[in-house]
Amino acid sequence: MNYEKILSQRVQNMKPSGIRKFFDLAAQMDDVISLGVGEPDFQTPWSIRKTAINVLERKRIVYTANSGLMELRKSISAYLKRKNNLEYDGEHEIIVTVGGSEAIDIAIRGLVNPGDEVLIVEPSFVCYAPIVEMTSGVPVPIPTKEENKFKLTAQELREKITEKTKLLILPFPNNPTGGIMTREDLEEIAEVLRGTDIMVLSDEIYSEMTYGRKHCSIAELEGMHERTLLVNGFSKAFAMTGWRLGYLCAPEPVIRQLVKIHQYAIMSSPTVSQYAAIEALENCDEEVQHMVKEYNVRRRYLVEAFNRIGLTCFEPEGAFYVFPCIRSTGLTSEEFCEQLLAKEKVAVVPGNAFGESGEGFVRVSYAYSLKHLMEAVERIENFIRELKQ
Amino acid sequence: MMNELLDLLRQNARLTNAQLADMLGKTEEEIAAEIHLMEVKGVIRGYSAIIDDELAKSNEVEAIIELRVTPKRDCGFDEIARTIMMYDEVESVSLMSGSYDLSICVKGRTLKEVALFVSQRLSALEGVVSTATSFVLKRYKEKGIFIAEEEQDERGLICP
Repeated sequence: MNYEKILSQRVQNMKPSGIRKFFDLAAQMDDVISLGVGEPDFQTPWSIRKTAINVLERKRIVYTANSGLMELRKSISAYLKRKNNLEYDGEHEIIVTVGGSEAIDIAIRGLVNPGDEVLIVEPSFVCYAPIVEMTSGVPVPIPTKEENKFKLTAQELREKITEKTKLLILPFPNNPTGGIMTREDLEEIAEVLRGTDIMVLSDEIYSEMTYGRKHCSIAELEGMHERTLLVNGFSKAFAMTGWRLGYLCAPEPVIRQLVKIHQYAIMSSPTVSQYAAIEALENCDEEVQHMVKEYNVRRRYLVEAFNRIGLTCFEPEGAFYVFPCIRSTGLTSEEFCEQLLAKEKVAVVPGNAFGESGEGFVRVSYAYSLKHLMEAVERIENFIRELKQ
Repeated sequence: MMNELLDLLRQNARLTNAQLADMLGKTEEEIAAEIHLMEVKGVIRGYSAIIDDELAKSNEVEAIIELRVTPKRDCGFDEIARTIMMYDEVESVSLMSGSYDLSICVKGRTLKEVALFVSQRLSALEGVVSTATSFVLKRYKEKGIFIAEEEQDERGLICP
């Protein structure tokens, strides 16, 4: 069979994730100490697991409503009100999705016509551009800069807007940089967008992981609720990656259309996870606080450590990554990662895997114990010392 | 800062002042001063290592002894607890709620040594009503630190 002829041209044109090659390399080695994952090292809080166990014991696990359990949607609505003073009607403006990933997928598919341009703030999570391409949209990267703390500026946004611009993807707190957008920063962006027909896909999956100041959603700002699709989920905040649960909030006319994609592709999100998620939203503030406090200790340690080693590292205020600059070594991001892996068996992710503007940086995850981080830092220090000689 | 600092020291008392300063966003001097203050005040009573006795090949045996005692007028359980804690063999003494009064951890070179200590010293103390001795067979976790092999990280090496 000639599968190349059989398979969709569009899928074949899709670039494999930039991480893949590096992943294969690391997987072949023994005793690798990894700082490479994008998921929490904490166990899902016990009360959430307990709720799931109770549900398994007592209920029939059947499909829920397409948009998700009404009780969960109400919980999400109350949570967003409590956290960011946002008003979303659980009945008409929320879909419970299979992770934040599905929410991103249906949001893009639901909005983009062939030829529409989608502005993607980079460096960022790897899925946006491929999904845009699947819909025959045109991804337009907006590189952000370290000197701006990897924030999106109004100027950078304005330069990329054309008549074809349909959507801005705004992923803050940011994976991989750890950058955040404050209310003032977002206000500048909102100012550019108000009065246009450009929509915003605000991926706020790391909203609970901010250090020193509370997360602000662009949907909070005047005139922005009506042009925002807010994506969030349970994976990062409640250490629930494997439960596959997220949500999408948007104005009712948007949700009414997008729920059709969800209904045909997914039916309804995992039922056990949905029940457990109610417990997460309503009774786990303390557990989340505990995790964030722990991340914060690790974050401070890593920032200081990298700066001391000579890999300058801006202070990230969100997510659980630091993004040190490796240009002083004279290596590219990929060379740096490959050599670090070969010589010291430490795995970090090349910054350019998250967009070209990530070149010159590496992503280091601190979803690891302090002990693990300290061991890794020691090895990285060795690596840099030997490079200099 | 005190609580955060104590949390870190509980996890690992050998963190240097410089490391602690990085982790807590303070200066080395601030950390040194805070630790000194807590030592002087007695908040921090000491530092010890958590040791896997099997790997350290110390053949000591350890027992937990549940002690029921008759409390004394005026001083309750304090007097007998203070007497017991003076023995070198005794690792820890705690006053308990529930069906017995004092929980005592005793270490010795042999089973016999520990058994003799209990029968000849502890049981003989005035006010002791009964003892129940249980020997520790294996430790899995102590003070939040795993002694048994940790589970492997199932998350894989790299993901976006």
